[in-house]
Amino acid sequence: MGLNRNEVEKIAHLARLAVSEEQLESYVTDLSRILDLVAEMNTADTTDVAPMAHPLDATQRLRTDEVTESDQRALFQDGAPEVEAGLYIVPKVIE
Amino acid sequence: MQNPHSASLLELSDALHEGQITSMALAEVFLQRIRQQDTVLNSFITVTEDEVRAQAAAADDRLRAGQATRLTGIPIAHKDIFCTKGVKTTCGSRMLQDFIAPYDATVVERLDRAGMVTLGKTNMDEFAMGSSNENSYFGPVRNPWDTQRVPGGSSGGSAAAIAARLAPVATATDTGGSIRQPAAFCGVTGLKPSYGRVSRYGMVAFASSLDQGGLIAASAADIALVLEEMAGFDERDSTSIDHPVESYVSMLGQSIEGLRIGIAVEHFSQGVEPAVAQASKDAIALLEGQGAKVREIRLPHTELSVPAYYVVAPAEASSNLARYDGVRFGHRAADSQDLEDMYKRSRAQGFGDEVKRRIMIGTYALSAGYYDAYYLKGQQIRRLISGDFAQAFEDVDVIVGPTTPTVAFKIGEKAQDPVAMYLSDIFTIGVNLAGLPAMSLPAGFTNGLPIGLQIVGNYFDEGRLLNLGHQYQQLSDWHRQVPALSA
Repeated sequence: MGLNRNEVEKIAHLARLAVSEEQLESYVTDLSRILDLVAEMNTADTTDVAPMAHPLDATQRLRTDEVTESDQRALFQDGAPEVEAGLYIVPKVIE
Repeated sequence: MQNPHSASLLELSDALHEGQITSMALAEVFLQRIRQQDTVLNSFITVTEDEVRAQAAAADDRLRAGQATRLTGIPIAHKDIFCTKGVKTTCGSRMLQDFIAPYDATVVERLDRAGMVTLGKTNMDEFAMGSSNENSYFGPVRNPWDTQRVPGGSSGGSAAAIAARLAPVATATDTGGSIRQPAAFCGVTGLKPSYGRVSRYGMVAFASSLDQGGLIAASAADIALVLEEMAGFDERDSTSIDHPVESYVSMLGQSIEGLRIGIAVEHFSQGVEPAVAQASKDAIALLEGQGAKVREIRLPHTELSVPAYYVVAPAEASSNLARYDGVRFGHRAADSQDLEDMYKRSRAQGFGDEVKRRIMIGTYALSAGYYDAYYLKGQQIRRLISGDFAQAFEDVDVIVGPTTPTVAFKIGEKAQDPVAMYLSDIFTIGVNLAGLPAMSLPAGFTNGLPIGLQIVGNYFDEGRLLNLGHQYQQLSDWHRQVPALSA
């Protein structure tokens, strides 16, 4: 299952990863090889096999909707790249 | 106390309680060993000397006050995937090179509460993606048995640190073999518990339906002691299982007379180094001599485990790693033109090659039109693999075989070939897909390199595995071998 340059560019865009022209070729090769390995799955007949999402088939627990966290905004924002007046600063989105 | 670095955890615990050594002195022994050896091994990313002394002093107070647990004052190293409040948690990535978590992982919190002393954070493949520790932003870890070779991965730092006796026990995580494969390569003991047994809260997520925290130490008995504190239900982890924790230590004396051992034909097929296969056979013969009953079983879908894993794990990783966008924490690229440019360049700069490959594979597998062919198919294969194990466990109690097809390979040997690297996890990956507990025990050497023996148990059979490991370690001394560099 080979991928071409256009497909890899599209995947990189969906994954929000900048890929340079020089790197593109090695991703085409590596990702195609990985997909070849993955394609071995097709040797198995999985008709009527239920997909397995959790090893013990457990379902998500529910809890009552109670406030359990206190406000720690300042602490959490300590590690942010850029903060001003309690807000995360990003490049301008709206002109 | 003589040579505390080679003592068992129970011996250390007794010595601390009897006042033969203080926690402070014990911590200094290991800090000194780290200073001497880790410039070569690179098994730690962060060593927290000041915090070590504060924790050790507190432990000594508790010991004097008679308020100590069996673990109080015993040093531990945490894989740098577990969040530690106030201390960097890098996950082996440039993305998180300066990240300081605002909270402790449940695992860290529980072991802190028991009074353990954290020596520092161990090196690992970036975001736990890798089988050689060459994918760390902080440089490769070297195998203490041969520093030209890899320690395995992703918990390579924890395994190398234990092999060199730089810590008496270390936490680790296992998504496709990341505890057992490095334990095998470094000649130490590693346990991956059942999925849901140990809390994932505060453990940086890679593939959430597979990730499981565990331990690496010199012996099964050492692991038993710490796992009792570490395991158990945590309401902060939505996949944590509410199942009672056994008293693993008190199960260690049990006889293995009549224990039914399964040997999978698929684990001794071509591609397994003869010396590795022989070591497993020798170990099985030793257990048979103790009254275990051995029979052949089949795990017919073994070969499909690697292909299925390389859809399921990357798909979950691509989703989990979407959070690293350069906005709230982690690396941000400078001088961005706009928001999309900032996302793309922050992620391109912050992640290494292997992480990017897996994010892209996962993104592709989950993209419109491909879901059924990849992720769904992978989960169906997962059901088949799980079914193989379920069938086997109707006839046997444990499955025993080699942990890996080969011993540790050379640094750089597989670095350019991701698929060859992936195949070194052929015997460990199926266990994660099924969510079962498994451990790797040192079972011999070939050309001076350690060989690992894997034992796989049924769900929540950690106690049985640890006892079997302990029984084997009563009959063998592979786990007591220390590399010349670290003697």
